[in-house]
Amino acid sequence: MSDAFLLMALLAAATARGAAPLVLAALGGLFAERSGIVDIGLEGKMLAAAFAAAATAAVTGSAWAGLAAGIAASVLIGLVHGFACITHHGNQVVSGMALNITVSGLTVVLGYAWFQEGGQTPMLGPGARFAPIELPGVATLGAIPGLGLIYREVLSGHNLLVYIAAVAVPAVAWLVYRTRFGLRLRAVGESPGAVDTAGISVPGVRYRALAVSGVLCGLSGAYLSIAHHASFIRDMSAGKGYLALAALIFGQWRPVPTLAACLLFAFADAAQARLQGTPLPLVGVVPVQLIQAIPYALTVLLLAGFVGRAVAPRAIGVPYVKER
Amino acid sequence: MHPFESDALPHGAGVDIIASGRDNPGVTASGRARLGWVAPALLPAINLALALLLSAVVVLVIGESPTRALRLLASGAFGNAEAIGYTLYYATNFVFTGLAVAVAFHGGLFNIGAEGQAYIAGLGVALLCLGAGSWPTVLVIAAAVVVAAAGGAAWAFVPAWLQAKRGSHVVITTIMFNFIASAVMTHLLVNVLIKPGQQSPETREFAPTTWMPQLHDLARAVGWEIGRSPVNLSLLLALAAGGLVWLYLWHTRWGYELRALGHNETAAIYGGIQPARTVIVAMSISGALAGLMSLNEVMGVQHRLLLNFPGGAGYVGIAVALMGRNHPVGIVVAAVLFGALYQGGSELSFDMPKLTRDMVVVIQGLIILVCGALEHALRAPLDTLVRRATREATP
Repeated sequence: MSDAFLLMALLAAATARGAAPLVLAALGGLFAERSGIVDIGLEGKMLAAAFAAAATAAVTGSAWAGLAAGIAASVLIGLVHGFACITHHGNQVVSGMALNITVSGLTVVLGYAWFQEGGQTPMLGPGARFAPIELPGVATLGAIPGLGLIYREVLSGHNLLVYIAAVAVPAVAWLVYRTRFGLRLRAVGESPGAVDTAGISVPGVRYRALAVSGVLCGLSGAYLSIAHHASFIRDMSAGKGYLALAALIFGQWRPVPTLAACLLFAFADAAQARLQGTPLPLVGVVPVQLIQAIPYALTVLLLAGFVGRAVAPRAIGVPYVKER
Repeated sequence: MHPFESDALPHGAGVDIIASGRDNPGVTASGRARLGWVAPALLPAINLALALLLSAVVVLVIGESPTRALRLLASGAFGNAEAIGYTLYYATNFVFTGLAVAVAFHGGLFNIGAEGQAYIAGLGVALLCLGAGSWPTVLVIAAAVVVAAAGGAAWAFVPAWLQAKRGSHVVITTIMFNFIASAVMTHLLVNVLIKPGQQSPETREFAPTTWMPQLHDLARAVGWEIGRSPVNLSLLLALAAGGLVWLYLWHTRWGYELRALGHNETAAIYGGIQPARTVIVAMSISGALAGLMSLNEVMGVQHRLLLNFPGGAGYVGIAVALMGRNHPVGIVVAAVLFGALYQGGSELSFDMPKLTRDMVVVIQGLIILVCGALEHALRAPLDTLVRRATREATP
């Protein structure tokens, strides 16, 4: 087997690992934004979940307890966002920003006070985190040239949350496009007045959307601290929430294109890590930092209509006031 | 407001409410005459109290005494001349970024990009100071003001132009521009501007003639002795900027157009105001103000360009603008408060090792939440109270 093929396979595996948290968070954002609530708080929800998951897993020694705590923390943040934006018609961007900032401070303060490791949580043992899963038959199927390598290196050997992220995409697509909840969700984001007239509670749908967003962001945050890494590190989401938001916009608020955007961003990151310092044809050595800026620059270009066109849900960002 | 909408302009319901100390229609005319000051003066105080109360809960959870923490914080921030100097040095940054966010708010725009605008402006200031070692200090300062304002304005101009002409929303674009600025600056500092033979990514120190004069040196020149601290001439520039912003917003035609646009876009356009031009001008001014922050940090204190020197001041600006109700006077007061939190917070962490300085970030976030997002939650009950008081006063 040629080295180039193996390199591509390893790159694909790294892309999958990098894309998983983005996909989960972006799909979470999809629910919130499709319901008409700007979800700039993806970053904060991820970070809160990462901390809660790592702290709980460290204390209980159970990855599942950690996951549950992560989801609970993330949903709680989402509900505070809902309380400000849905119940009190607050500004959604301001609320999201406030929550992101609060969480970035709170996780460090609590982590420092509880674990005395400079804002980190203790390293987790094997039972306290989600370990890589060997898919069945890797030993025999992996020996097949070509496809076997793909099966062994790309498809197998990820942790549970990566597979959940993969399953989440069709599940979300089905939920949004094929169920009654999905129809109401999309309607509330386009024309809340019409939904209200039909006798459906606009705040009800929006709160539920934020709760689903909280669950998905919780999975995403838990992935960071108890699956991909083995502890919480301060600011460990490191802009991934904003990147997921960018992917959501890039994917035009649709599940499958959003997945494609996440894969693209994750691939850029994986390639950048592997190519560090290697000169590329035509351009020479590209500085790492400039490659890292590509997703952000692409999003700006997309929003400006230079590559494609991003059309947001019509009612996004507008608080719904039932009666004046 | 349509934060990501591509074909409409961004103004309207959302930000316009926080952009102004708009009179509440529920308050009667006589009530406004007598009690009109209540909401603007009392609301920030109540907001602050609520945010501090929530923070006190966090302190209790950690197992420390909130009252002792508050006392240590206050004495750390105002206990002696040196402490006050440090408080004012932090406040200088926050006056600039608070003004930047506020100017944008008045037009219904949310400039989250003050951080990146200050960062890019710092690059310009640093290049100037590195190259202007032989210039007289006065000339360097004058040039640095221009360069810092131009750098910040340039980094804000692109998102503003994209919003005005291409319909991409300024919130998302400025967030993206923060990341792009950070990537570009890391690249430049690590690969290009780094002082040769040194590990940490920073430039060489500027020549002392290009440093912003320290206030304690200036005071000594006129016979005053004040404690040594990093507070420098930038503080006076920040106060001057506050005065100019006040003039711009309430005493120029541009400021009127901006506020009109922020209040009601449709009416503003009907009145002959050009939204695109107004947005671009306001965002550029906002960026210029954010950029001026680099004078204090790069030229006044560090005397070199450091990685991530804005250190979150752009985000503090959001809290400062909201707390100061987007008025320069309020912003200066709020900036001093946040300066005190930053200075007192670092002193506090010496005495209470369980409380790190990040506690200040928590307070900052809670203040944005309470003053910004939950504004209406508090406003309605307060208005009811005011109305009841008015009714009792005028039977």
